[in-house]
Amino acid sequence: MALDQKKEAQNFSDGLSSAVIYRLVKDPMGLVGLLIVVSFVVIAIFADFFAPYDPSKLDILNKLQGPSADHLFGTDQLGRDTLSRLIHGTQIALMVAGVSIGLAVLIGSILGAIAGYGPNWLDFVIMLLFDMVRSYPVIMFALAVVVLFGPSLLTIMAIIVATSFPTYGRLMRTQTQSLRQAEYILSARALGLGMPRILVRHVIPNTIGPILIVASMDVPFVIALEAGLSFLGLGVRPPTPSWGSILNDGYTYIRNSKWILISAGIPLILVTIGFTFLGEQLRDIFDPKIDRGS
Amino acid sequence: MIIYTIKRVLLALLIMACAVSTMFVMIHAVPGDPANVMLGPRATPEIKEALRARLHLDQPLSTQLFYFFKGLISGNFGFDLRSNRPVLDIVLEQLPHTFILVSSALIVSTLGIPVGCYAAINRNGKFDRIVGAISVSIIAMPAIVVGLYLLLFFSVELRAFPVIGAGDSDDWLDYLWHLTLPVITISIAWIGYISRLVRASMIEVLSQNHVLMARAFGLPEARVMSRYALRIAVLPSITMMGVSVAFILSSTVITEIIFARPGLGSLLYESVLSRNYPLVMGTVLVSTIFIVGGTTIADLINAALDPRALKEND
Repeated sequence: MALDQKKEAQNFSDGLSSAVIYRLVKDPMGLVGLLIVVSFVVIAIFADFFAPYDPSKLDILNKLQGPSADHLFGTDQLGRDTLSRLIHGTQIALMVAGVSIGLAVLIGSILGAIAGYGPNWLDFVIMLLFDMVRSYPVIMFALAVVVLFGPSLLTIMAIIVATSFPTYGRLMRTQTQSLRQAEYILSARALGLGMPRILVRHVIPNTIGPILIVASMDVPFVIALEAGLSFLGLGVRPPTPSWGSILNDGYTYIRNSKWILISAGIPLILVTIGFTFLGEQLRDIFDPKIDRGS
Repeated sequence: MIIYTIKRVLLALLIMACAVSTMFVMIHAVPGDPANVMLGPRATPEIKEALRARLHLDQPLSTQLFYFFKGLISGNFGFDLRSNRPVLDIVLEQLPHTFILVSSALIVSTLGIPVGCYAAINRNGKFDRIVGAISVSIIAMPAIVVGLYLLLFFSVELRAFPVIGAGDSDDWLDYLWHLTLPVITISIAWIGYISRLVRASMIEVLSQNHVLMARAFGLPEARVMSRYALRIAVLPSITMMGVSVAFILSSTVITEIIFARPGLGSLLYESVLSRNYPLVMGTVLVSTIFIVGGTTIADLINAALDPRALKEND
């Protein structure tokens, strides 16, 4: 019995990808989500190839134009091609989301596993840390931090890591606590395996599913946060194209041309739908009852 | 219950104290002299010295923290660097606008309850599927996009709603008119989220014994729903709303800035741009109090409505 479970745990991570992808593609919602996410990743990687123009090439004569054959999404107040800027903005958005969520998952999982597996006092201290971080409103915290350290990509990523690791920590803690008494964990302990080894080899592989779901659902929020900060002029510095700063251009010139604003919203909406659909579908596959990482 | 309440409140206070101290230490541990940052490069050494003495910056960090907490207890949140007015006064001036916005948004969000309820009763029907797809897509929709699109279409293109400000607070109709778009911006995601939550818990509750029992007794279906099923099914939504005060406040900040409404968010943004540290600190502090308060109240309501939570949390 114990051996079976252990084997299952290993098979779970081995056969994970192919089985999951099959079940994802079978459902229309999962397929749409996966397609959107994959296309954004491809666009981000080959941004130079897809973008019809240089994103920072000025063309003042053709400023604030509506959509046309030359400029599918129109041009902004400096005559730059909006579509090209959005395509290059994809790089920033996905990089911020990928790197910071990855780090947040790492830090959160380690702390959560320690909290769930370690002594009670340590659990209390770590939970206090989680609750404390959660009591800052993200944007407000971000604004305050940006004043202190100055606006930059690094600051944004640090803010996201700092505000989102408790979500993963709590998830990991709950999972660890419920696994703690599982038979195969008990038998591993009886065999004399140490705590770090049990955590890394047995507990963590079992929590990949739930964490993947929450991470996927988290991407839209992180991208929106980056867009929000850049919109407020506190994120990525110009002339680097970011969805948020393009939204800000659209907001500033809302009475001159509505097209900048409309086009800048589209990728945000698509990315949101893509990752949310993907997350929902992953949730159905892995565990129908998991809570959305509160 | 009393012991649980006391424990929960003490924990909330501890969390707040830790959050505030961290914020405080962070502001003061930044490389560079805060006085320099606050006053800018053109300030004379005498002015800097005076500011340092006034803010106790010449003393060690622990002493500064002590003064800060001492001030907090007596209701002194520090002074605005520009107008020299108490920070608390300024924050309290802006608070009602944010409070009205957030509470209206929460009230509108309860629209999700009947929607989720209906979807759960007609599970896998047409309505359920359509609503399901829509709510999943709007749950994570960033407030920034929703707000800007609403502003563009309803205010700038159609001119049906005002572009900026909170309106005349004496004329409630005008105030409400200004409130409409910002409230939609914040609550649209919540309507979707709450309908999903209610749907999920409703489905679970409907299969539970006490509901089956009520039906077996021949109670009218409407009564079974309202008295026995829905009462339990809304619990997760209440908890979620309490926990999510932080999240709601975040979208409020963006919304207030987009619609140029007065409120905590606009205040914070302005004080951030002008590097008005005491004001930044005060605004974040007040919002933190709200958030921790919200979480605690949600926990307590939950415990009162569902005594099982007491054991789980202990």
